[in-house]
Formats: sequence, structure tokens, C-alpha cells
Amino acid sequence: MIEIRNLKKSFNGKTVLDGVDLSIGKGKITVIIGRSGEGKSVLIKHIIGLLRPDSGSILLDGKDITKMKASEFIRVLERFGMLFQGAALFDSMTVAENVGFPLREHTNLSNEEIRDIVTEKLRRVGLVGVDDVMPADLSGGMKKRVGLARAIVMDPEIVLFDEPTTGLDPIMGDSIAALMLDTQKALETTYIVITHDIQLTYKIADIVAMLHEGRIIEKGTVEEMKKNPNPILRQFLEGRAEGPIKVF
Amino acid sequence: MREFFESLGLMAQRAVDTTGQMVIMLAQSIYYVFVPPYKFRNVFKQMEFVGVRSLFVVILTGSFTGMVLAMQSYDALKRFGAESLVGPTVALSMARELGPVLTALMVTGRAGSAMATELGTMRVTEQIDALYTMGVNPVKHLISPRIIAGVSMMPLLSIVTDFVGVLGGYFVGVKLLGINPGVYIGRTVDYVNIDDIMYGLTKSFFFGIIIALVASFEGFHTKGGAEGVGRAATNAVVMGCVLILVTDYILTSLMF
Repeated sequence: MIEIRNLKKSFNGKTVLDGVDLSIGKGKITVIIGRSGEGKSVLIKHIIGLLRPDSGSILLDGKDITKMKASEFIRVLERFGMLFQGAALFDSMTVAENVGFPLREHTNLSNEEIRDIVTEKLRRVGLVGVDDVMPADLSGGMKKRVGLARAIVMDPEIVLFDEPTTGLDPIMGDSIAALMLDTQKALETTYIVITHDIQLTYKIADIVAMLHEGRIIEKGTVEEMKKNPNPILRQFLEGRAEGPIKVF
Repeated sequence: MREFFESLGLMAQRAVDTTGQMVIMLAQSIYYVFVPPYKFRNVFKQMEFVGVRSLFVVILTGSFTGMVLAMQSYDALKRFGAESLVGPTVALSMARELGPVLTALMVTGRAGSAMATELGTMRVTEQIDALYTMGVNPVKHLISPRIIAGVSMMPLLSIVTDFVGVLGGYFVGVKLLGINPGVYIGRTVDYVNIDDIMYGLTKSFFFGIIIALVASFEGFHTKGGAEGVGRAATNAVVMGCVLILVTDYILTSLMF
């Protein structure tokens, strides 16, 4: 469904993406793992058009989205949802206004209809009775849930997740993982997740891809990755400081 | 020596670059004002923020400035026996110069810094990116309403400043310094034209654009976390104030 080809990007002469090749299957959860600062966020921002590559292409159903005009890309964006690392909730709006925001912007639904959809989505992420709370009064885990509800409120085909469990305790992290599986199954959505959380990866991934030094070095199912002897991958999955990746 | 010229060139390049980007942002935000859907709620919210919530500080500044002006000009005019001209002096200074400029400086400090902080926080917490990913144009959603609020509220606030300034002047001139109230009002009406007031309001209009644009620009392009947000707020105020004073001179010399 999404085909990334030889994607390159550098900032101020520092190469971040050095020819990324990756194909992402429809209706699957693809998890991109890699160390912090390896350009995972940069990669995901290219997929949703927040950044433009220096060279290379990203094909969505055969069409190159990196070369689209802004007016054309707006249509494409309707197929996407995104959960940001800090949830990126609008802090001038209540929880319900946040979740309903895409609906108010892009549909002609009445306030009651929007209210119903919002309540339904919030219930799906396990939040009841917080509709009128401001984001500043929510815990980190609840913010992520609201962010997830907002990301899926338009029933998008593709949802991107930027570090969905970072900053959460393990139990909350697990509940977010369960929610992701639950919401993904319901609509057969394509999920693209970037994370360095190995537990989360094992729990949810259909396909795992490892980004290292600007390239995808390994790709496969969780089982395949567990058996893969690549020393860089082994070091990362086992979380060791010694190995081919130098920490200092 | 070479380094000196290199850094000078770099500075010039950056200044031109920033100016260009600002003009583009202004053009875009004006363009999007006319592109549906129209979001009146955002506009009214910004108008309230820039206008209504600035009233108190503007009234305070205006009235004290008028009072000081009356006192100072009384002292000066008394030396050649022209105390009766205190009224027009206060009114003309307020309408042509101090009303618009002081209002603009106060609003920059109050609303400009807050705008830059709000937008800067939205930038560093990825709220602006989130808007974009939801297919909402951030310039239309965030900047256009602020520009409208700036250009519409600044002239209104200036009128308030002018008015309370003249009231303050009257209070000091007539009640404290004993100028005949009939003379005070009569002379003011004689010497002050509607042109003088319109002239001040034209300035306010431009100041409104500057305040909203500079603050939006600085906030929108914030980088680097909490420190970056602080820097954006400082830049919005410093750059806003400098631009207001420079523009004031240019407009004054053009309209003289």
C-alpha cells in the first residue's frame, strides 16, 4: 500500500535518512524500530508530508505523494490519522472538542451527530465522562488515549504512531498496546508505529523493520526478527550497551 | 577582517530572508481570510483577546499620559501666556501620535507576547503539525484570525486611548490647574480636526498588522522547546516595538 523508495534527507549537511527502502502492507501493523535520534520521527513525518525528502519517493497506491501539490495532498491527508508523541492535543479545547475537531473541519455533521461519534470513539479507548475536561488536567496515558481517539475519529485507512508508549508506565503502555490492537482489528486499518519499546513491538507487530544509520537494515515478522543473527539487531532487541552499535 | 564581512553579509541575508518570509505569511493569511470555510469563532476569540482584554491597560496608559501632557504643556505654555492652548496640545498629541503609538506598544507587550507564546507552545508540542495532518491549514486557522483581530482592534483601542487621554488632560487642566472649562473645550474643538484623528487611526491600522504579524511569525517559527518559546515571546515584543516606532516615523513623514 505504501512504498518508500530510496528516501534521502539531510539537515544542515547531516544525513538522517540515507536511502530508506520499505514497503508497508495494507491492514497490517508495521513497527519501525531504531535508536533515538536515528531518524524514525523524520521518516514518519515524510510519510504524512510534514517534511519533504531531498530525493526518493513515497508511493501511496502507486502515486508519489512527495511530488503532490498542496491542494491534491489535502485529499490524501483525509486517509491518514496520526498520534503524536506528546499527543499534541489542542490545549485551548476540551477533550470532546479535540476529538471532534476533524469532524467539524471536514464534515457537515450536526453537533449531536459529532457528539455521538466522539462519545463512541472515547468509549472505544476506554474513556467515559471526560468529555468536558481540558487536556492540561489529564494524565499522560489519558492524553495518549484521547490522541488515539482523535486519530481514528475520521476512520482513516492509515494511522501513524510516534512513540505511543514513551513516557508511560509499563501497565499503561500495555493498555495502549491492547487498545491499538483492538482498534486496528475492528477496521482492518494500516498502522505504522515508530518506537524503541521492544515489548510493545513484540506485542503488536505484524512486520518489524529496523532503521539504523539512515537505512532499513532488517525487516520481518516478530518470529523472524527474534531468530535473525544480525549483531546490530541482536544488540538492539536485547538492549545491551556492548556490541557493534557504539553508545559513546 | 574577512570574517567580519562574512558575518555582516550573513546578518543582512538573514534580515532579507525573514522579511521575505513575513511578507509571504502576511499575503497568505490575507488570502485565506477570503477562502471558505469562514471560522468566525476563532476571529471573535482573537478580537476579544486583543481588544477587550487590552482595554484596562490601555485606559490606564491613556489617562495618565493625558494628565502628564496637560501638566507639562501647562508649564511650558504658561511661560508665554498661552495656557488656553493646553487643551488642543493634549488632544493633538494624543490623536496624532501618542494614542496610536502608546496603544500599540502596550498591546505588543500584552497581546503580542502572549500570541507568540501560545503559537510557540503549539509549535513545540506539535499541535501545529497535528493541525496540518488533519488537513487544516495552520495559517488560515491560526494566523488569519490574529491578523484580522490586530487590524480591527487597534484603531478601536486607539480611539479609547485618545478619549481617556483628553479626559485626563481636561481633569488636570481644568480641575487641578484652573483653566476655564469653556476655554479648554472651545480651543480643543477649534484646533483639532477629524483629519487629525483619522491620521492617528491610519497609523493604528498599520500597527495592528505589525503586532499580529510579528507575534504570529515568531511563534509559528519557534524552535527548541521551552527556551525557544521564551525567545519567541521576547523577539515578538522587541521586534514589534522597534518596527512600530520605525513605521511611525515613516508614516508621519509620509502624511505630514
